[in-house]
Amino acid sequence: MAEDALTTLAIGLVGGAIRVGTPYLFVSLGECITEKSGRVNLGLEGILVAGAMSGYATAYLTQSAWVGVAGAAAVGLLLGLLHGLVCSLPRVNDIAFGIALMLLGTGLAFFLGKPYIQPQAPQLATLPLGAWLGDPRWASALAINPLFPLGLALTALLHWGFGATRLGLALRLVGDHEGTARALAYPVRRVRVLATAAGGAFAGVGGAYLSLVYPGSWNEGLSSGQGIMAVALVIFARWRPLGCLAAALLFGAAGALGPALQSIGYSAGYHLFNAAPYALTLAIMVTSARPRQTLAGAPGELSLTR
Amino acid sequence: MQAGWTLRRMAAASVGALPTLLAVLAALGMFGLFLELHGVSAVQALALMWQGAFGSSFALGNTLQRAAPLMLTALCVLLPARAGLIVIGGEGALALGGLAAGALAIMAPTLPAIAAWPLMALAAMLAGGLWIGAAGWLRQKRGVNETIGSLLLSYLGIAVFNHLVEGPLRDPASLNKPSTLPLPDGWMIGTLPGLDTHVGLAAGALGCVAAWLVLRWTVAGFALRVVGGNPQAARLVGLPVDRLVIGACLAGGAAAGLAGMFEVAAVQGSANASLLAGYGTAGILVAFAARQNPLAVILCAVLVGGIGASGSLLQRRLGLPDAATLVLQGLIFANLLAWEALQGRAGQWRWRLGPRPEAAHG
Repeated sequence: MAEDALTTLAIGLVGGAIRVGTPYLFVSLGECITEKSGRVNLGLEGILVAGAMSGYATAYLTQSAWVGVAGAAAVGLLLGLLHGLVCSLPRVNDIAFGIALMLLGTGLAFFLGKPYIQPQAPQLATLPLGAWLGDPRWASALAINPLFPLGLALTALLHWGFGATRLGLALRLVGDHEGTARALAYPVRRVRVLATAAGGAFAGVGGAYLSLVYPGSWNEGLSSGQGIMAVALVIFARWRPLGCLAAALLFGAAGALGPALQSIGYSAGYHLFNAAPYALTLAIMVTSARPRQTLAGAPGELSLTR
Repeated sequence: MQAGWTLRRMAAASVGALPTLLAVLAALGMFGLFLELHGVSAVQALALMWQGAFGSSFALGNTLQRAAPLMLTALCVLLPARAGLIVIGGEGALALGGLAAGALAIMAPTLPAIAAWPLMALAAMLAGGLWIGAAGWLRQKRGVNETIGSLLLSYLGIAVFNHLVEGPLRDPASLNKPSTLPLPDGWMIGTLPGLDTHVGLAAGALGCVAAWLVLRWTVAGFALRVVGGNPQAARLVGLPVDRLVIGACLAGGAAAGLAGMFEVAAVQGSANASLLAGYGTAGILVAFAARQNPLAVILCAVLVGGIGASGSLLQRRLGLPDAATLVLQGLIFANLLAWEALQGRAGQWRWRLGPRPEAAHG
């Protein structure tokens, strides 16, 4: 009996790693692109919420979940563009503007999203990869959402792109040493604005996942800080896309701990187990950061790690 | 000649506030446009906001009641900011401060009020101070970015708050809204003489004045400003940088914790989820709008408190969602930072307008 419960818990964690981890994956990949260019966007939390709301609203209005995902990406792109452009002005602190964007994105999403709390929008259909195993627990754990394979493909694309393309090299150069990039006549400002906009689009898709897949509805308590945790996760991943994937799955499993424990009938301390990702993030930051010392792999122009 | 000199001087001083004023005007313009796009008259909405914030003695009381915690949560941003840190975890420190005050009422309900008030304040300041102090410690000793670290600590603090309020510390009689046991009779903190607002407003204003005095006139305040300006130089001249930074975080967190104590002991009567009303987040806006100046915090807290107070009137009269005030706050914050770009230009204007030695000779 106890062993059976333990298996259920383990399967729940595996499924949860994917189910809860997917938004972390998208937001952290987006932040990875932005930070590679030497900028930080803490506003991804706000963009995540705005993406969740606009994705849900678009899906409801067009009755197509995929159009909703595209809408969320577009809204994320615009908000990322705003961050990129404003932080290109002199004397504007990117961390502070990120906090402002967090507030603004959340406020706009709550305001514009009021009419969409009740109606039901179409959801993205899942791919039943575990059905052939015959065990309903595996079947539900491996009913993979279609955005996860997309995230895997993007991870591979970014891994290849950062290392082997001219564009990736330009991005890393701008983020590592602005002076050299200028000397080689790379358009530093334009690269950063575009990288921040792209990061916003990724976060927007991460938000659409929250409202169109899991938990799969739009309400004001939808995000619980995934956007900000994804920023910390990029540090842990040492600015590598493959590291982002591993960290996102780890965070997904941590986030699934509370619900998985509930599913085997253990519900005391519900709030504390749901806070596991915050504690994990903090623990990871403590172990991966060093005082007064630049981290290996950190983009040289990044204000976050100085 | 003398009048011209004074005029020049006033113009030079007001140039410093110009980016802030332009930012607020731009934000109001954008908010108006946003409302017009929603088919709501911007002029009517702004008039209603004024009415809801300052238009009646009831509205003013509501505004000031919101301004009180905002002054204290703004100090939680301002004091670390003076040491060069961007700390945004005030919401969690406020929650834990309120929880500490509520817990004291459970542990020692027989205490007389005169002993309970300082004890509650102390417990709340300790809880909040340790929480934000931990963010400062992690940053100085472990190299953890304080912005992300303090926000994570804030989420953790809120989780602990929810766990205790809905679990071990819950008053079984609080059915719909989990709360701790109500404070004993006589523990509730009264209003200021002649005002509809509780004593926390005076505490907040005094806290701001004290912060100004310390930062402006004491050695510790001066040392803190050196650390915030250039930590390397501060280390070179032998200042205890870590102790100063962590101390500023402790003091800031204590202020936010105190805000939570006043919310419990003067407004709610027990610790419950109503404490998590966004005072921590709005406090960030207040501190940035005041350009990290403690005296300006008092004014900005009243203005931001007014925005919050006007929300219910907008909701009732114009049918706007309650998030309308959040949108305006976000627009003001974003504009404040974007208009910072003008600051360099403004410095040049100030120099050109300022009293010049040859002009004084006439």
